[in-house]
Order: sequence, then structure tokens, then C-alpha cells
Amino acid sequence: MKVLVPVKRVIDYNVKVRVKSDQTGVDLANVKMSMNPFDEISVEEAVRMKEAGAVTEVVAVSIGPQQAQETIRTALAMGADRGILIKTDDDVEPLGVAKLLAKVVEEESPDLVILGKQAIDDDSNQTGQMLGALLGWPQGTFASEVKADGGKVNVTREVDGGLQTVALDGPAIVTTDLRLNEPRYASLPNIMKAKKKPIDMKEPGDYGVDISPRLTVVKVTEPPVREAGEKVEDVAALVDKLKTAGAV
Amino acid sequence: MAVLVIADHDNAALSDATAKTVTAAKAFGGDVDVLVAGKGAADVAAAAAGLDGVRKVLHADGDAYEKQLAEAMEALIVPMMDGYDALFAPATTMGKNVTPRIAAKLDVMQLSDIVGIEGQDTFVRPIYAGNAIMTVKSSDAKKVVTVRGTAFEAAGAGGSAAVETVDAPGGPFKSSFVSEEIVASDRPELTAAKRIVSGGRALGSAEEFERLMNPLADKLGAAVGASRAAVDAGYAPNDYQVGQTGKIVAPELYIAVGISGAIQHLAGMKDSKIIVAINKDEEAPIFQVADYGLVADLFNAVPELTDAL
Repeated sequence: MKVLVPVKRVIDYNVKVRVKSDQTGVDLANVKMSMNPFDEISVEEAVRMKEAGAVTEVVAVSIGPQQAQETIRTALAMGADRGILIKTDDDVEPLGVAKLLAKVVEEESPDLVILGKQAIDDDSNQTGQMLGALLGWPQGTFASEVKADGGKVNVTREVDGGLQTVALDGPAIVTTDLRLNEPRYASLPNIMKAKKKPIDMKEPGDYGVDISPRLTVVKVTEPPVREAGEKVEDVAALVDKLKTAGAV
Repeated sequence: MAVLVIADHDNAALSDATAKTVTAAKAFGGDVDVLVAGKGAADVAAAAAGLDGVRKVLHADGDAYEKQLAEAMEALIVPMMDGYDALFAPATTMGKNVTPRIAAKLDVMQLSDIVGIEGQDTFVRPIYAGNAIMTVKSSDAKKVVTVRGTAFEAAGAGGSAAVETVDAPGGPFKSSFVSEEIVASDRPELTAAKRIVSGGRALGSAEEFERLMNPLADKLGAAVGASRAAVDAGYAPNDYQVGQTGKIVAPELYIAVGISGAIQHLAGMKDSKIIVAINKDEEAPIFQVADYGLVADLFNAVPELTDAL
């Protein structure tokens, strides 16, 4: 079985994002970039499946600037076998990403595509589902457990109110949620080994799909700031305040 | 102009999130129809027909729709979109699961989790876990939108729309429902609750979490939430989690107990009307968003508060 894992380069989740004063976006200059945390979970899941003997090859693919190669190297250091970089300096929206990935799937014929449920930059939560629709494949989104058994994939999903398990006729799409696994840190020997693993360099033009953006950013602003209120002395004072405010 | 709203429900009751999505659809403009796809969900269809401002309810009934799985919903909705200018769904796990498939089939870029509408093609949505707010203009002919419930009031119950039965493709589809574990509770559902009491890692154990939080919740008629740290530590179940990666809530009263206030958590509750924080660390970031802060040991303060209410 072969698994394709798309990975996205985003602002590191520990960085406090700053909105640019001209309201055109957030400041990306000199900011630490990392692999989208949900994608790390995808890579980890695919590598664990390989270690368990259920998967023979894990291919990491990224769409982004030259530096997205580093994101692919991270996946390779975690245990992916090879990479594909579709190099572009333009922002590609989830619909465009899904179209490019559909072409990669045609070429690579994986049995499973494991994606992060969303990227922590634009929080769209769309690419996996869109890819599923374009390919006509079933999906198990927001996965907290994945069991691949021959052509069947059972996915336990985090849904409102609890957990839901669905059975998918493969090939299939899985999108990962936080509790699926805890991604490993790549060891130094594996980081060195990853440098020798192959990365195919591609461009969006190689795939012949229309990825022109459909959305135009009008502005990006800071969220409204909530002012700190007051400290109260004790529980009695708190109850007083809540009663005065009509909250209890 | 016409908008189709996908109803979120459990075949017995219509979700509050659907009523809020109807409000957003009305703000977008045009006639608003609601699709109730389910199995034996006639009561839900009747409830949707009673929402203020709904033109008609389309009721699709079939085994394949009992759990509203994405593949069946796609087959049902894509052909229906010939007659609509926009598709709106609540940004619940159902909506998030289903709508991108339809958007892709319509060759449309979806607008996820919107919190504002500034015209027929311009929408406002949070990015970076709510640390930035983006206004975007869509050039697509049809709009596919998911709606963050906390940003819109629920539509009232003054409507009397007709319910039409629609044919639903029977499949087979490539996905099937196996099982579910839905946590049963007498308390209100988190995303719909008017009051929420939420516990953090400072509670120290699942036993203490239950012993302190549940009586306070019962006294207030509140739902119980938790921080991601408390959930990860095993003090509270998964579906209690409030935050960017959990539930986004905006109740009238939110009491944060032993929660430090990580950005992740604040993103999920900072739109609450009144926020109370109880924490023994007076430097905890939660106090920066709290209307009323009590610096105290929660193990004393929470029982005292429960008694005082």
C-alpha cells in the first residue's frame, strides 16, 4: 500500500502573528516557518503504518516556494521515502491545491491520501474533502483513529458530541485531528539520511490545471481587543457583580 | 436570488446552529430554503419550517442520510445547486465535512467559518485561530459558505414554510456508518448553552474535575467545558474541549476555572458576553480577557461559589 501525504509550510504555531499595518495580510518577514502541525500528524500516521508493515511507500508532497523543500525534508526525516515539490511563489487556494493533488494522485496512484484537517494559517478545512470530491473517493475527516485493512479503511472521527466510526471503500482520503497520534522528533541520523532522499521538482504548469485564485483579499485586520475587566476580592464580591450584571 | 441552507440535526431535533445559519443566509439575501436530509427526520423538517424567514423546506429521507455522510450529501446536493445562488451550512463537524466536496464539484472556492457578510460577494472570516480577521471578495458565480454560529443570532420561530419531499439518491456510496459514541448528558450542549463553566489543568484529576465542576454547572444550568490541557491530561472528555481546535462558544456567561488562557483556548471563548476567571496565578493571561477576575485557590473558591449561588 502506498500513502501520499501533502504537507504545508506555515508560520510556526508558537509565533504570535502580526497584522501588517497596510492591512494586506500578516507579516511573514523573518518569521519562523514550520510544517503545519496537522500535517505532522499525517506524516506520523503514514510512517507508523509503514513501520507496522501495512504500507510500503510514503510520498510527501508540498505546494509552495523553494523553502517548502525544507518542509518536505522534515517529512523525509520523520520517515517518508521521497518528496515532490510543486514550486510556486503564488498563494494557491484549497481548490487549486486539491486540483494539483488530484493530478499527483493520478500519477502516483496511492491507496490512501492523509492530509491535515486544516492548515493553521488560513484555517480553511477544505483541501482533503475537495480532493475526495475531485477523485470520487470517500473520506474520513477529523480522524482520531485509522485502521487500514486491505481495501477497507475504518476511520474514527471526532464529531460534535463524540466519536463516529465510518468504513471507507479504498482508495480513500483521511484528514487528521489532534488526537490521532503524537508526532516524533526526527533524530539526527534520520535528518542526515533525509538529505539523500529524492525530491522531484515540479511546477504548477506541469499539471495543466487552472489554479487561479477565486478570492481577493479586501483587507486583513486585528481582531477586536477585549479589555480586561476588574479583579474582585472574594467569592461574595464576585456573586454580587454577577447579580448586578444580571448574569445569574 | 435563492440560498440553500443545509440543516444540521440528529433526526430528532434541529440544531441551534442551523437557526443561526438561516439568519446568515437572510443577511446574504434572497429566498432561503432549508434542506433536511436524514432518516425519519419529519420532526426536524417541521422545526425548520417553523423558522422565521424560511421559504420552503426540502425533506430528503433515506437510509444513506441518517448520519449525513459526505459522499451521500454530495450526490444529493450538487444537482440541487442548479436552482440556487449560494449554499450555506453551519460550521459544525457536519458542515465542515460536507460542503467542501460540493464546492469542489461546483468548481467554487468555499468561504469557511464566516463571521460577517458585507455584500453578495464579500465575507469576513477569522484566520490564524482568530488572531487576524480577513475580509475577502469571491469571484465565483455561486457561493459556498460555512457559518460560525457564535457570530449570528438564531432565527426566531415565526415561520410556516411548506415542506416538500425531494428524491434522494440511494447509493451505494463508498462510505458507510459503523458506530458512534455520543456522550449523553442532561446538561445543555456546549455550543448552544447560555452559560458555560469550563475547567483547566489546575483541577488536577478527573475526579476533582467532576467533583468541583459538575455541581457548579448544575447550580447554573450550565454546560461543562474544558481547556485542551485538561482534555489532554484526561480530566475531561474530548467533546468538552473549548478552543480553536475544539468548540467555539459565545455564551452569556463563561466561567473559566483553573484555566491559564492559552491563545488556543481564548480563540474559542473570547466572544462570550461575560467572562469570569478563577485562577490562583494573578499573571494568568485569562485575566486579560475576563470581566471579573478572582485570584484564589479554586479548590476553595469553586465550592464557595456553588454554595453562594
